[in-house]
Amino acid sequence: MIRFVPRERTPVWLTLAVSVGAGIAALLLTAVPLALSGAPVLSAFRLMVEGAAGSGFAFAETLTRATPLIFTGLAAAIAFRARLWNIGAEGQLYAGALATVALGAGLLELPPALLVPVVLVGAALAGAALLLVPVFFKMRFGADEVVVTLLLNFVMLLFVQMMLEGPMKDEMALGWPQSAPVLDEATLPKLVSGLRLHWGLVLAVICAVALHVLITRTVWGFRIRAVGENARAARYAGLPVGKAMALVGLLSGGLAGLAGASEVAGLKGYLTADLSPGFGYAGIVVATLANLSPLGVIPAAIFIAGVFVGADSMSRAIGVSNYLADLVVALSLLSVLIGGLLARFRIVFVRRETA
Amino acid sequence: MIAPTAPDQPDRTPHETRPLVLSLAGVTKRFGNLVANYAIDLDVRAGEIVALLGENGAGKTTLMSILFGHYVADEGTVHIADAAGRLAPLPGGSAEAALDAGIGMVHQHFTLAENLTGFENIVLGTVPLWRLGFGTAAARAKVARLMKESGLEADLDVPVGRLSVGEQQRIEILKALYRDVRVLILDEPTAVLTPQEADSLSATVKTLAGKGLAVIFISHKLHEVLALCERVVVLRGGAKVADRPAAGADRAMLAELMVGREIPARERTPSTLGAPVLRLVGVAVGAPGERDRLETADLELRGGEIIGIAGVSGNGQGSLAALVAGLKAARSGICEIAGYPATRTDPMTRIKAGVGRIPEDRHRDGTIGALSVAENHVLETVGSSENQRHGLLRRTAIRARAAQAIRDYDIRCPGPDAPIRALSGGNMQKVVLARVLERAPRLILAHQPTRGLDIGATTDVHRRLLAARGRGAGILLISEDLDELFALSDRIAVIHAGHLSPAMEVAGLDVRIVGLMMAGHTAEEDA
Repeated sequence: MIRFVPRERTPVWLTLAVSVGAGIAALLLTAVPLALSGAPVLSAFRLMVEGAAGSGFAFAETLTRATPLIFTGLAAAIAFRARLWNIGAEGQLYAGALATVALGAGLLELPPALLVPVVLVGAALAGAALLLVPVFFKMRFGADEVVVTLLLNFVMLLFVQMMLEGPMKDEMALGWPQSAPVLDEATLPKLVSGLRLHWGLVLAVICAVALHVLITRTVWGFRIRAVGENARAARYAGLPVGKAMALVGLLSGGLAGLAGASEVAGLKGYLTADLSPGFGYAGIVVATLANLSPLGVIPAAIFIAGVFVGADSMSRAIGVSNYLADLVVALSLLSVLIGGLLARFRIVFVRRETA
Repeated sequence: MIAPTAPDQPDRTPHETRPLVLSLAGVTKRFGNLVANYAIDLDVRAGEIVALLGENGAGKTTLMSILFGHYVADEGTVHIADAAGRLAPLPGGSAEAALDAGIGMVHQHFTLAENLTGFENIVLGTVPLWRLGFGTAAARAKVARLMKESGLEADLDVPVGRLSVGEQQRIEILKALYRDVRVLILDEPTAVLTPQEADSLSATVKTLAGKGLAVIFISHKLHEVLALCERVVVLRGGAKVADRPAAGADRAMLAELMVGREIPARERTPSTLGAPVLRLVGVAVGAPGERDRLETADLELRGGEIIGIAGVSGNGQGSLAALVAGLKAARSGICEIAGYPATRTDPMTRIKAGVGRIPEDRHRDGTIGALSVAENHVLETVGSSENQRHGLLRRTAIRARAAQAIRDYDIRCPGPDAPIRALSGGNMQKVVLARVLERAPRLILAHQPTRGLDIGATTDVHRRLLAARGRGAGILLISEDLDELFALSDRIAVIHAGHLSPAMEVAGLDVRIVGLMMAGHTAEEDA
């Protein structure tokens, strides 16, 4: 018989070992379907690693893919810290993207130093507004935010499609449902010319550090942690539970909105309905891998992005479906969840004595 | 069926002929460096009522958990008599094995499914779930027989969530009896009962023991232990320090055995009464039909006095406490705190008005388990200028003040940064006390301030509350523990079914009258 005995304290090395071990376990588990599909396992993994980080160009591509994941990962991390189950980062991302083209594709004519911040703030507010609705319903009526945020994703995506087929459709796009391109003044500059990597990454890292400081060093971060860990006791102690939740909604939705702004203004240049291949949902995986730590979100996002980019490149090279990337991500999430269990509990094998 | 045979009785003594049903020898259990149980021997005979005494952390819970299969002993053996009376080793680490062997336990916090009826709870686990409600005649008959034999009365056909605490406890005991237990462990069974209910429980336990059931009775209330039990076993620091007949023992002696030192007597000095700090006139709290609502309360609490609120939980104490704590507003009537009307539902305005609140449930309301001792210490005051500057936490100052509180209140913990859930209940409560009392509140709400605490921690809480009274604070002490109420209060009011009685002077007050009032009789009709 197996018993789980709670650990009194989880050492730091164990937390790190579990994260690394989970990644390795995920790769080992992926080897099984890979081998079954007839691919040479070792060279497939080699191609994956090379595709993700084998060259400066490959790694830059991974970082480009990691940028929106850092934003959505942070959005999930701060929300989950406060036990606000925001499953709607995907919709908030599109709300931010929509705001980006609404403000940055010709409505305002400002110098870049002004237009970029205006667009970013607008995108963050749009994402936040979309999350504050379910937060309000949760606080006021006890509505389950999982359901509301999840369903709002579809509402938002359909709204974007409507806008792209209608009022926001670019006349010059030969009938494709896409928006007008954002102005050069609203575009996030490239970090290195010739690569797709843009300043969105720097912004994402700044956000991660800022969120870390907020959570650990500020009064509001304290209140957010208190509300998340035990809302009853926080209310009893007179902490402003509603305001803390509203702040969490503002931050979480805002960060997801920034993911959309960063993708549109930094990478694509215009909005289409397939802007995000599920960055909002992948953010939940990133945040979970990072154990909800804002700084941990950065490596977790790079890892997930690397898996996607590497699997893409590997599947092109040896002709295996790139769904394998989804498999690696899913298996790493499972491995991490199991690893988290190992970190919190000690497993004891009890031999059942027979009387 | 095998006919019962005479069991082996190696230590048959002239006056001890009852067969052994349970025998622990040399039981040792370690958690890391902590020795929770050390070489404990314990024999229990059929029909014997054995008291197990000890402070929190003395090893009672660990020992019972080993017995009940939640833990496995590192060393030592546990033998239990089988149906034929022969002692056989109990397989360790299996609750099912313990149940099969005839060990039943009634936990302090009941383990009933509140949405099932009493009968369903009793048979739960003995029949497949899908058969509940079918073919239950035999089970019915057995429960009826058990109720008749034991004198345990309870309504079996309503969801147990609607039953009183006393009835729920009787269901728990019936649940154990239904499984044909030979050893019944009662963990703090009287903690939640009125004196009358406790008396009736004692009678039941004696009846059951008379029929040969062995009972292990865990309690903090020494007078009950002395009245009910034949033998007293005292644990301290994981080891057995006494195992003696109850006859000839007295409370002071047992308390000292448990604590390992002399217990200082509580000192209640006369104090001067100050201005009213809490005035309730015709106050009602909670919507009609709501559980635990307050229908009518009239009360004037002045600085320098302690008013005790006696009553069984769920009779309106929750609403009264919520009103004073600022979690609820009065539906009607006047509530004045420190001379000002308290109309808003806002804990922070109460805190700022000088109300110190010690909540009933320190785990759910009083502390945040994942946060550190220091963070819990500043939970109510984190927004004040001594704890933050421009929205940034003054972490050094917060830690330093927590370290000071740890010294002042003798909080046993690894340090200010330790998560508070790592602390024992008593030390957790000391953090709450430090948080509340350091602000020198004018009105203190102490809701069950010593529930679940051991003698040492309880004495400490009492001493500090009396010191606050001496300083001029008015204290509203809500408790189910009559010993505590009589020891601390200047006046006592009884709450029953939402009605608060006038406060009566403690001097000359008969505990029986309070008990009857707790059960719903008025003072006049029974005086």
